[in-house]
Amino acid sequence: MLEISNISLSIGRRSLVENISFNVQPGELVAICGPNGAGKSSLMRLLSGELKPTQGNVSWHGTQLAEWNLLALARHRALLQQRCEVSFDYTAMEVILLGRHPHHQGATRAIDVKVAELALAEVDASHLAGQIYTTLSGGEQARVHMARVLAQIWESSDAPRLLLLDEPTAALDPRQQHRILSIAREWAQKGDVAVVAIVHDLNLAALYADRIALLKDGRLQIIDSVQAVVTPEAVETCFDLPCVLLEHPDGGTPVMVARRGLGNP
Amino acid sequence: MSVLTAIPLVLKSRQLTTLRGRILLALSIALIITLIFSAGIGAVEIAPMRVLELLATPPWSAAWDSIANEDIQQAMVLWNIRLPRLGLGILTGASLAVSGAAMQALLRNPLAEPSLVGVSGGAAVFAAIGIVLGGSWMAALHAVIGEFALPAFAFIGSLGVTVFIFAIATRQGRTSVALMLLAGIAIGSLCIALIGLLTFVATDVQMRTLNFWSLGSLGAATWPMVGMVACLSGTSVAILLRQTGALNTLALGEVQAQLLGVSMRRLNRICITCIAMSVGAVVSVTGIIGFVGLVAPHLVRLAFGPDQRLLMPASAFVGAILVLLSDLLARSIAIPVEIPVGIITALLGVPFFLALLFRMRSRIGL
Repeated sequence: MLEISNISLSIGRRSLVENISFNVQPGELVAICGPNGAGKSSLMRLLSGELKPTQGNVSWHGTQLAEWNLLALARHRALLQQRCEVSFDYTAMEVILLGRHPHHQGATRAIDVKVAELALAEVDASHLAGQIYTTLSGGEQARVHMARVLAQIWESSDAPRLLLLDEPTAALDPRQQHRILSIAREWAQKGDVAVVAIVHDLNLAALYADRIALLKDGRLQIIDSVQAVVTPEAVETCFDLPCVLLEHPDGGTPVMVARRGLGNP
Repeated sequence: MSVLTAIPLVLKSRQLTTLRGRILLALSIALIITLIFSAGIGAVEIAPMRVLELLATPPWSAAWDSIANEDIQQAMVLWNIRLPRLGLGILTGASLAVSGAAMQALLRNPLAEPSLVGVSGGAAVFAAIGIVLGGSWMAALHAVIGEFALPAFAFIGSLGVTVFIFAIATRQGRTSVALMLLAGIAIGSLCIALIGLLTFVATDVQMRTLNFWSLGSLGAATWPMVGMVACLSGTSVAILLRQTGALNTLALGEVQAQLLGVSMRRLNRICITCIAMSVGAVVSVTGIIGFVGLVAPHLVRLAFGPDQRLLMPASAFVGAILVLLSDLLARSIAIPVEIPVGIITALLGVPFFLALLFRMRSRIGL
């Protein structure tokens, strides 16, 4: 279980994250939503262990992130960053094999190659294997990185796995957005994987998440089931945008739409 | 995972390893051939087969005494002049190339090179300070650690500059190529100025040494020198070659490398120390031989891709071959005059550098 207790982060005088607490269980997908500058990415950097909170702590599977062995944690926790540049002309396959580093530490085994192939197939990108990463389009690069992150925590083991996605859908077309989030959903449903994803589009989050956390000004506004969070009141306070809730013709989760004329003065 | 065990494991990774082995074997054969040919060329010509025969009769063997009188000159030249020079050439090329490749991986750009960013310059300045201003200190140090006295000085300079370059060029895990190159220019100019300044207080003998530093030469090679460089640079290169897996992950950036279980603090410390040590040791005896650390990794990358596990060892061989050939050119195009090898490597390296710069021009930015 990912336990986040009373974490705050301030850099200089600026407070980026203030006193946030919540837990994420293996088997669920929690989406983090909020306006720009709400502290979503900072929160993600705290959850991955890249940054240490100035107050409070984050622990995974009962142990604080800082106490984990770097390599052991790397086998259980993977982060898809928003921007990820690759220096030098590595092929897509080599990039994914880099994601297997915690398992092989430089001595690539047959099983690592197999996992990399399966991970590429999972994101429908097997045809990209031999291509040079830097020559791929933005959407293709994003898929290769998704495959790399999945390959990193591919095997289930004694401890549960944590998949962190920082805006995995940013560079993708609508079809790919749904594909990536449904993969995230499938992984959560494996039962031993906890998924936390920053999703910009609240409707997209509502379709795939078990719970949604709304962030504003570094504070957690609400974290609850989709039904409880996706209400005109909650969205209006968080995004400062008057909204109306529509019923989806296919049933299920409602759809949020901005009121005409009210959002833009 | 059950899916994985159900599928018969492909032998791909073993094929990769054998491919790597084959490439390295081919390169080592190329190096040996270069070595044998360049051992025979010079003021005293020795045929390649004769080189092999003489190599089989080292001075400490009984066979040495049985070498015919007319051949003894060839044997002496080979064992006392050529071989230490070639040995130093191989060590120089391998250490500069591996250090260059490691710097490029750490700074995440192909333009990082010990001489370009001033690391070699720093080493040369401190070695020069040791010689010119060291006086009785230097003599005392030399009495204690012998050949290692000069590289000890050079190491201070190379370490200082390497740490400075990393501090100025990287911020929050990102590297600015422009800052790195500009800082390199500044440090390079400073080093030239300082060495120039030292020539005014130097004696004639010291001045010759200083001149030779600014241009780079293998001409002064002796066996003890080769032994010293083999110790210091050899160890550093061996340690750097063990970091290849971790250096690969850096292609994804420092944050991802850390998330993949690589301790960046540790990796940075190890690599910076080893780069400074190997460059310092080499520069203290050869002076500044530039661009080898740029050209060798670049050629390997073009031919076999960026995987550090192949790139670094292959660069060692290619760097050694490059230095041997450059030195061969340096001592044979204007016989009996010898051109400093640093001039040749610069003539070869600058076009490479400019071509790389041209290709990267959109990505550098200020």
